Amino acid sequence: MGRKLLLEKAHVEGIRTYEVYRREGGYASVEKALKSMSPDQVTEEVKKSGLRGRGGAGFPAGMKWSFLAKPEGVPRYLVCNADESEPGTFKDRYLMEFIPHLLIEGLIVASYALGSERTYIYIRGEYAWIVDILEQAIAEANQAGFLGKNILGTGFNCQIYVQRGAGAYICGEETALLESLEGKRGNPRIKPPFPAVKGLWDCPTVVNNVETLAAVVPIINIGGEEYAKIGVGKSTGTKLISACGNINKPGVYEIDMTISVEEFIYSDEYCGGIPNGKRLKACIPGGSSVPILPANLLLKTAKGEQRMMNYESLADGGFATGSMMGSGGFIVLDEDQCVVRNTLTLARFYRHESCGQCSPCREGTGWMEKILKNIETGKGKKSDIDLLWDIQRKIEGNTICPLGDAAAWPVAAAIRHFRDEFEWHVNNPVESQHRNFGLAHYADPLPVPVTA
Amino acid sequence: MVQFSDEQLKKVQEIVARYPDGKQKSALIPVLHLAQETFGGWLSAETMDYVASLLKLEPIEVYEVATFYSMYNLKPVGRYIFEVCQTGPCMVKGSDDIIDYIKSTLGIGVGETTSDGLFTLKTVECLGACGYAPMMQLGKHYREHLTKEKVDGIIAELRAKAAN
Repeated sequence: MGRKLLLEKAHVEGIRTYEVYRREGGYASVEKALKSMSPDQVTEEVKKSGLRGRGGAGFPAGMKWSFLAKPEGVPRYLVCNADESEPGTFKDRYLMEFIPHLLIEGLIVASYALGSERTYIYIRGEYAWIVDILEQAIAEANQAGFLGKNILGTGFNCQIYVQRGAGAYICGEETALLESLEGKRGNPRIKPPFPAVKGLWDCPTVVNNVETLAAVVPIINIGGEEYAKIGVGKSTGTKLISACGNINKPGVYEIDMTISVEEFIYSDEYCGGIPNGKRLKACIPGGSSVPILPANLLLKTAKGEQRMMNYESLADGGFATGSMMGSGGFIVLDEDQCVVRNTLTLARFYRHESCGQCSPCREGTGWMEKILKNIETGKGKKSDIDLLWDIQRKIEGNTICPLGDAAAWPVAAAIRHFRDEFEWHVNNPVESQHRNFGLAHYADPLPVPVTA
Repeated sequence: MVQFSDEQLKKVQEIVARYPDGKQKSALIPVLHLAQETFGGWLSAETMDYVASLLKLEPIEVYEVATFYSMYNLKPVGRYIFEVCQTGPCMVKGSDDIIDYIKSTLGIGVGETTSDGLFTLKTVECLGACGYAPMMQLGKHYREHLTKEKVDGIIAELRAKAAN
């Protein structure tokens, strides 16, 4: 059983309340940081911990903090990204719903490190009931003197506000989020300047994911070096994985990144295997944007090594034979699932969520959806598969924000690994309407290259 | 005429106070939520103009935001809105069947409202409940692990609520 740093106490009865959270040792990191450390020392600990951003990009959090510009007399802001909208991802929701004070505690420590006196939690509009849970936790923290003026007598002032979005995946992109927080459409900004220099209301700003900020609590409590010992290589600490699709036990799991993908799917401690005796066909291991992998490449890398649940191993082989840890949204597909249909729903998602600012994404996502719909409904042509490939290539890298890449990658990976399934749809327009292609060879052992 | 109550106006002031002086435009999205809840579940041009005047914005600044975000309804809706997720993970767990079932049970298509004005059906993209699929948003809360029987139960529950 792996070590748990975030969700260990999530099931203690009444942990949502300040009283129980505090009794269980909560807010110790605020006391430690504010009373015995300078803001720069806090940042230093986060750097030492090796904590990587848990929103999807995996950028080192401590480094992001150290980029924050600190001009005299200009306010600085910390914004918590709780816009969680990547299909397959529901881990932040779980954390905020069950142990809200952990996020508030992490936010106070991070606000202290960054010098943010007004800190915002930007939460997706649909999580309306969680707004109440967070506001309750904030009110309790104020009452207990952990928020407000002169916190713990240290002279540090800080207030946290919850801002609800209104339905837009793009607002999970940090500059679109800032636009939205300023009361505008969620159109991403051109970078540079980066938010660390020019962010919210043109002031220096750090935007971090919910899980990243919650992880600051154990980092301060046990120290950055201790935290870095958990996990493996550059995948330090623990990671929340939200697992869904064809598995026996969908839900949110905290893993320490030393377990294998196979163990994660089949062990009773995690997903509990695939229902109804079905076999594994494919998996999208890090949220809908990351490349889908067939079973054989998911469980073992192209080199024949066991694939592990961490940043490096999931990315092993690049996009040719690997994928990404992404946001930790782990979507499992069994042998009855149709990859064309699955890719179509994702293409529709990205068309719906494209902000429309850049033409390759605005137009390309619509074309990809139309072509995939034709193939799925038996109206596809053989040339459509190459056309799809061509379109996704023209979107990737040609847009202001990564939504374009995120829309292109799932289509590219589906064609790369499941081209025969697409061709089968085109060649069998009638049959493909009433049965699925099935597992084919996707779970067959990979040919292992012979080494001398 | 569109007009917030004194209590709601106080709430608007509280929202504006979350931001530094002069940044009241940031209150737009939360105030539009409040307006939609208050004025019949959708945002009419009159409602949007009212919000613009409250926050000292040009009406166009409100329109461009209201038309961007999917949670704002720009035409009248039923009293209860079934917002059923249809993205990949929900599709895998049978969301298409749930959408078809709601369509046939209520006799409406996606985007339509029942003639008694009670129910509107909308399809939405991923709401972050993938592990508890299929699901729908109903007002402030999610209804998860949907089955046809559960949908029947929800419809009966809401009809009873509306009758009282």
